[in-house]
Amino acid sequence: MGFFLEALFGGLMAGMLYSLVALGFVLIFKASGVFNFAQGAMVLFAALAMARFAEWVPGWLGTDSKVLANVVAFALAGACMFVLAWVIERLVLSHLVNQEGVTLLMATLGITYFLDGLGQTIFGSDIYKIDVGMPKDPVFLFESLFQGGVMINLEDVYAACIAALLVVVLSLFFQKTSTGRALRAVADDHQAAQSIGIPLNRIWVIVWFVAGITALVAGIIWGSKMGVQFSLTTVALRALPVIILGGLTSVPGAIIGGLIIGVGEKLSEVYFGPMVGGGIEIWFAYVLALVFLLFRPQGLFGEKIIDRV
Amino acid sequence: MFYRENGQFKTSYRKDQQIFTITQDRWAILALVAFAFIGVPLLVDEYLYRAILIPFLILSLAALGVNILVGYCGQISLGSGAFMAVGAYMAYNTYIRIEGVPLIVALLSGGFFATLVGMFFGIPSLRVKGLYLAVATLAAQFFCDWAFLRLGWFTNYNASGSVSVSNLNVLGLPIDTPLQKYLFCLSFLVVFGLLAKNLVRSAIGREWMAIRDMDVAAAVIGIRPVYAKLSAFAVSSFIVGVAGGLWGFVHLGSWEPAAFSIDRSFQLLFMVIIGGMGSIMGSFFGAAFIVILPIFLNQFLPVLGALMGATISTATVSHVEYMIFGALIVWFLIVEPHGLAKLWSIAKQKLRLWPFPH
Repeated sequence: MGFFLEALFGGLMAGMLYSLVALGFVLIFKASGVFNFAQGAMVLFAALAMARFAEWVPGWLGTDSKVLANVVAFALAGACMFVLAWVIERLVLSHLVNQEGVTLLMATLGITYFLDGLGQTIFGSDIYKIDVGMPKDPVFLFESLFQGGVMINLEDVYAACIAALLVVVLSLFFQKTSTGRALRAVADDHQAAQSIGIPLNRIWVIVWFVAGITALVAGIIWGSKMGVQFSLTTVALRALPVIILGGLTSVPGAIIGGLIIGVGEKLSEVYFGPMVGGGIEIWFAYVLALVFLLFRPQGLFGEKIIDRV
Repeated sequence: MFYRENGQFKTSYRKDQQIFTITQDRWAILALVAFAFIGVPLLVDEYLYRAILIPFLILSLAALGVNILVGYCGQISLGSGAFMAVGAYMAYNTYIRIEGVPLIVALLSGGFFATLVGMFFGIPSLRVKGLYLAVATLAAQFFCDWAFLRLGWFTNYNASGSVSVSNLNVLGLPIDTPLQKYLFCLSFLVVFGLLAKNLVRSAIGREWMAIRDMDVAAAVIGIRPVYAKLSAFAVSSFIVGVAGGLWGFVHLGSWEPAAFSIDRSFQLLFMVIIGGMGSIMGSFFGAAFIVILPIFLNQFLPVLGALMGATISTATVSHVEYMIFGALIVWFLIVEPHGLAKLWSIAKQKLRLWPFPH
């Protein structure tokens, strides 16, 4: 029982992080209809920027304060993501209005290559550390209930809390601010939104920027767990089943889908993995999502797709 | 002036249904094929074969297969690399497990197993479409990557996880030197190109295109979506599987699952999109573009760097290569979203009227 709970908690924590990446996908897809394959590259780029700025800032400012360095680095990395969002909107998206979904998908793949190259040219291609002071010690819960209790990494708990906080902030932003309302209007209907005077281009920049910030947060969390390196880009591939499971257009879907995938992955790895030689978590999430799709083609929370001749 | 079709009358059904109805086209294609078989071997050195020509031939075969699925039937697939892998590994298993099996039979059996796998992973296409399907096909990619890495049977329980073949021969002729490999791949490409061209202008090809343009409407006029979609998956993965077998056997010689990773799937999709969706010719253009561009950048960037007085390290070169590659893809999509095949047809249209446009 303790073992099961341990795996379950581990899965929930991992799922929270997947949701974070999936959230970036969903935001962009809702607002601009672009399936953003570059989300993984954005995570890497943001994490690289964060790690390197945190390294350079003390030298520039002449301080030793770690907190200050991290805050300044976060701001600088955020600024990078803003510039990136603006450039992508200006140079790519505004030229590809009204193109088919596949063409846009390919364009984001092009952006992926570009970002991978750019990030490593500017910031270097070694493995870097991000240290934002997250505790690394494990804690034990329910020790009175089972023998040995349930071991949980405190770092994971912090990460999950940060992710949850981000989700709350984002949903407040979407529900309560006028920009958030404009974003939802654009997501609902481009033309109607434009006709009541919402500037599409600015909305797209904002959406890509918000996705960039979620990428930055995801990058920091993953980066402090396993170091900032090229393999971070695969995190996005792990998050893809989450969005088809939850539905491409649903924010709650991204979160619940993330949790389902995280838990399913962990439990399957623990219980079925040894039977077939291990390492099944790489495809298990996809197969799980595929089975869901056979019964609900639009995902758990996606909008129903209605075809008319 | 040279590309006029006036005066060429189609006086029989046979003439009306030729692949190339214009005489100049027919001769140009014949000349091109003859040049590829006879002219190229006289002109080209070993490096060109190995670095450009053989990869180009095999990848255009694969792109042809992907184009049938993506361009003609409209089912976006990101699992093509997996089907290549199935072709390569099953061809390998046929080749080593059955004593004395001919090379061509082994390659075709690889294609056959790829067909089975392709149809299996094509089943979701009956329920989901568009981008959902694209992500669903990734399941094939990751599952195959894992299976060929972890299940020992496929690699004949080889400890290193890589497999290799040697002493290839066809009907007693060895496939050993780059020239022989080139001719072998070229023959495959010509045969499959002709097959594909004929398939897409036959009844089944028209069904695929109807499904692509609007599947509900196609179903209403009596096209069976199940049959059309699964047949597209089958034909496409057969061709892609054979290409995978060639890639493993002829081009690489010994390979690991990483040779058919998700990057390969993306690369094939790039070829189709850049070359032109729904165009056989486009597959060749796209393959040429994607094969040659990285080699060109690799050669060109250090020279450019030296001209500007800076020495560029190899790591930087490869990163800058990524950047330029990505930027060119985006630029290309913006300038010509319909691909190189569209440019080609525009050029032909212009040539028809040249030099007297009125």
